[in-house]
Amino acid sequence: MKYIDEFRNPKIAHKLVDEITRKVSREWTMMEICGGQTHTLVRYGFEEMLPKQINLVHGPGCPVCVTPLEVVDKAIEIASMPDVIFVSYGDMLRVPGSQKDLFHVKADGGDVRVVYTPMEAVKLAKANPEKKVVFFGIGFETTAPPHAMAVLAAKREGLKNFYLLASHVLVPPAIRTLLDAPNNCVQAFIAPGHVCTVVGFDQYESLAKKYKVPIVVAGFEPLDLLEAIHMLVMQLEEGRCEVQNQYARSVTRYGNLPAQRAVEEVFEVCDRKWRGIGEIPLSGMRIREEFAAFDAERVFGLEDRTVEESKECIAAQVLMGLKKPLDCPAFGTRCKPEMPLGAPMVSPEGACSAYYQYKRHLAPSALPVDTHVGTD
Amino acid sequence: MSTKTELTITCPAPIPAGDKILLGHGSGGKLSAQLVERVFLPAFGNPTLDQLNDQATFAIDGVRLAMTTDSFVVKPLFFPGGDIGSLAVHGTVNDLAMGGAQPLFLSVAFILEEGLPMESLQKIADSMHRAADAAGVQIVTGDTKVVEQGKGDGLFINTSGIGVVPNGLMLGSEKAKPGDKIILSGSIGDHGIAILAQREGLEFETTIESDTAPLHKLVDAMLGTGAAIRCMRDPTRGGLSSSLNEIATRSQVGMMIEEEQIVVREEVRGACEMLGLDPLYVANEGKMISIVEAAAADRVVAAMRENVYGREARVIGTVTEKHPGTVVMRTAFGTTRIVDMLAGDQLPRIC
Repeated sequence: MKYIDEFRNPKIAHKLVDEITRKVSREWTMMEICGGQTHTLVRYGFEEMLPKQINLVHGPGCPVCVTPLEVVDKAIEIASMPDVIFVSYGDMLRVPGSQKDLFHVKADGGDVRVVYTPMEAVKLAKANPEKKVVFFGIGFETTAPPHAMAVLAAKREGLKNFYLLASHVLVPPAIRTLLDAPNNCVQAFIAPGHVCTVVGFDQYESLAKKYKVPIVVAGFEPLDLLEAIHMLVMQLEEGRCEVQNQYARSVTRYGNLPAQRAVEEVFEVCDRKWRGIGEIPLSGMRIREEFAAFDAERVFGLEDRTVEESKECIAAQVLMGLKKPLDCPAFGTRCKPEMPLGAPMVSPEGACSAYYQYKRHLAPSALPVDTHVGTD
Repeated sequence: MSTKTELTITCPAPIPAGDKILLGHGSGGKLSAQLVERVFLPAFGNPTLDQLNDQATFAIDGVRLAMTTDSFVVKPLFFPGGDIGSLAVHGTVNDLAMGGAQPLFLSVAFILEEGLPMESLQKIADSMHRAADAAGVQIVTGDTKVVEQGKGDGLFINTSGIGVVPNGLMLGSEKAKPGDKIILSGSIGDHGIAILAQREGLEFETTIESDTAPLHKLVDAMLGTGAAIRCMRDPTRGGLSSSLNEIATRSQVGMMIEEEQIVVREEVRGACEMLGLDPLYVANEGKMISIVEAAAADRVVAAMRENVYGREARVIGTVTEKHPGTVVMRTAFGTTRIVDMLAGDQLPRIC
């Protein structure tokens, strides 16, 4: 497949691994922020490929995983209303709220639909004027522009029955929280390529400078990530802490300005609770006052609620890179994708789910699977 | 949260086990398997059913018969490469063929939705007629019910079939042995992506066609080699991964498959990349996997390639005594990953 196969070439991969192996002189812990990158790392078996000194930990960058429980509960409440068509990205349907998930709402007769873009929800609102169409707009800086565009389109078309249930989060505040924590172990970051496609990478430069950590903005294909790891190892070994752009085919320093303008027009920065982590100041985006008529939270008058989360799952530590999914006592036994205890097991972007799906066989023998896969 | 406190541990509470049927129960993944284990086997269990193959085989007066049933609820009714009618005939013929049976007779039951255009029904009936003729089977009995508008997607079809199994042939998903080879008849994912592209109105440079096809002649060619074939499966719902996992579990063996040996058509790969889906979990309707003694694998592959539906047949992996019940794939990079059975349907990823 043109433009894809070039980034999955095993020969080049092994060459990069050799270079990393030659360069690395001690243990380094690096974190990829984005769930899409976690998925690639685990799916292609990076841990087996890379030298033992490279410790990859997985960050809080799965938007599905960090959507606060309260927001999921609000989504479930709205989706259960009889005059509502509730529209969502596919993997939000299995995220557990405090009582049930959107799949159960569907089974109880709720009209829940999966789409690929928020514009499909705008079309649904036009086609169903007697229904309230609510789009579940979650995600990082990446999904904010299309969500903003959908609101602007609904306004332009004078739609009175389109609403956005928005729960956006921002990457840099999460990185700051992580680096400020006394138990932080991360020495270098792979920054999320798609987020930076939208916002650019100049805001990462102050992070690199202040915390003295190397950061490489990377794409999502195996060779993108191997190249990013190579760049980080070079920086770490040479004592540099710069921001480098590995994903130059998509990312520019200042990002996509029209997309940023649309986001700026519709959203404003706010404090946001992250599921499994807690409140991070100025780490989210909410709909501005002038678009209140499109804001599902305001229109449906949902009280802010707080929900106690289970104490067993170590999601926070997994999301902050302090522990790996295999360190969790519930992993693969009480917590599985078909019965997730925590959000990282829900979405295929989640670190726990990725491990469960691809890497269980490397787990301690406590799991009901073999511990070692040799070659035949 | 103060930035100088240790980060604490919190996580959401689990969802209590469902008391209702979810769409995922029909996905062919783990939830489907749970229904069988928890509801159907306790209710209906008997030695024939307990084999859990795609068809039941049993003897009557010394004649070994295979029997199977299948319902079709595909949306849209017509898609590139076929329609719900040809799909129903092929699906039932293939379930019989996977038991080594010569398919003979089918029944067809229609559940029609009020308001379905007569012309659509006529087209589907004609398509079933053509598919049955081409497969050499007869539709010998049937039934029709009509439900109110809004209670069905135009029409649902149930087909049952019977066929005769050659004497002495004993196939079963519990018969795979370490050392056996795993053979796949061709590319994967074509049917599922064809349906999805049609349903979602996705347009690609080339139209992706369903691979719906009858496979009993291909099976004949394989059996004709005299090789020891342990079991055959057509990886429909849940895709290649579900079928391999079922065999690995039933036989209590492991499997090691090679990513580079699994054919995925360029346009199907492209669509999967775009939609965030893994072709290993996408449905097929004209493909089969078989577990064959190692010594005869090349002979079986050669025989398959003589048949139009087996042109791209190849060995994709080996049965192993390691990691019983688990299917592992060696990636193009030489690393390994588990190929798990999904819980429910594959969900498109957000990013």
